[in-house]
Amino acid sequence: MKRNVGAFILLALGVTFVVIGCLRGEPMTVLRKAATLCLECIGIG
Amino acid sequence: MRMKRGIYRFRLWIQIAFAALSNGYVAGFFKTRLYSGALKQVCLPGLNCYACPGALGSCPIGALQSVLGDRNFKMSFYVLGTLMIFGALLGRLVCGFLCPFGLVQDLLHKIPSKKIQRMPLDRWLRWLKYVVLAVFVLWLPLFAVNIVGQGSPWFCKWICPSGTLMGGIPQMLMSESLRESAGFLFSWKMFILLALLTLSVFSYRPFCKYLCPLGAIYAVTNRFSLFRFQLDERKCTHCGACARSCKMGVNMSKTQNHPECIRCGDCQSACPEGAISSGFTHTTRCSGQCSPQCSGASPAPDSPARDHSPD
Ligand code: SF4
Ligand code: SF4
Ligand code: SF4
Repeated sequence: MKRNVGAFILLALGVTFVVIGCLRGEPMTVLRKAATLCLECIGIG
Repeated sequence: MRMKRGIYRFRLWIQIAFAALSNGYVAGFFKTRLYSGALKQVCLPGLNCYACPGALGSCPIGALQSVLGDRNFKMSFYVLGTLMIFGALLGRLVCGFLCPFGLVQDLLHKIPSKKIQRMPLDRWLRWLKYVVLAVFVLWLPLFAVNIVGQGSPWFCKWICPSGTLMGGIPQMLMSESLRESAGFLFSWKMFILLALLTLSVFSYRPFCKYLCPLGAIYAVTNRFSLFRFQLDERKCTHCGACARSCKMGVNMSKTQNHPECIRCGDCQSACPEGAISSGFTHTTRCSGQCSPQCSGASPAPDSPARDHSPD
């Protein structure tokens, strides 16, 4: 039972973090990086 | 909801379907332009490179480094929150079912050859992935910054074999200008990729066991994620069939939901007694009739049933 409590706390924390991240505009930074070719990923950056 | 043994028989097909679906932007393979729609803001659960021409979502480890290294943020609530959600729900089920680089290693290990059951220094090498996470994914992108305070994705740049395989090779094949720019770094990353792919033929998932920072994050959440494995001590005869079937070196009869368990289900299929079960369940209830091996003290027969989680 205790472990389920841990999972639900982590889940709630995760949702809260995602909401805070969205309010800070982090997804746009992710999109900017992901939509342009990542030179580090391909090994020339 | 409980996972029947049969579902694990389709694991390879689920892995293939998920990898194909999350890299299903077919036009990317012809246009040398990456998909840039809104979906790409969403992090995928596995190590799926966003430089892959077909990628429809983002790699959580790449995204984490890019937000941490961004001088405007230095903390990524969004990516960490996403990883917490995946971890709390699934733990390393992601590794077993939803990661394309895990799939590649699984396929290579199917090539008939002499298999290495346990690598030298295996126990110590398993800690390396936590070091990679702390140093290359968190510390260096945060603190090794340039003159304007911008950090680099160090793990992507110096280590990630998934980036080389899914992003580097196809992009190089498609673009002559990229081929002309390739130098020492690309050779280094190709060396790491080829070494790991070769090793995967002989040893099961060496990258997942020793180096993957995403595996390290999910390993931490494995013990208490909602999806979990359970052992019925009343049925288990401790014959060792589960431990022998596990290619990750876990003994399910001793420890369920071990950080190294990728939830592949091989042990569940191997158990002749049907003592192992898995699913999105609460802990099983011990009736007080359990075997002497039950690691939790058995309650008195007249006491109420208790949670039964020996690990
Ligand atoms: S290089 Fe690796 S860590 Fe970086 S975005 Fe690609 S898959 Fe993710
Ligand atoms: S350990 Fe890493 S590479 Fe391996 S399956 Fe998990 S996320 Fe993918
Ligand atoms: S303990 Fe079972 S489910 Fe976990 S990795 Fe080993 S065989 Fe797969």
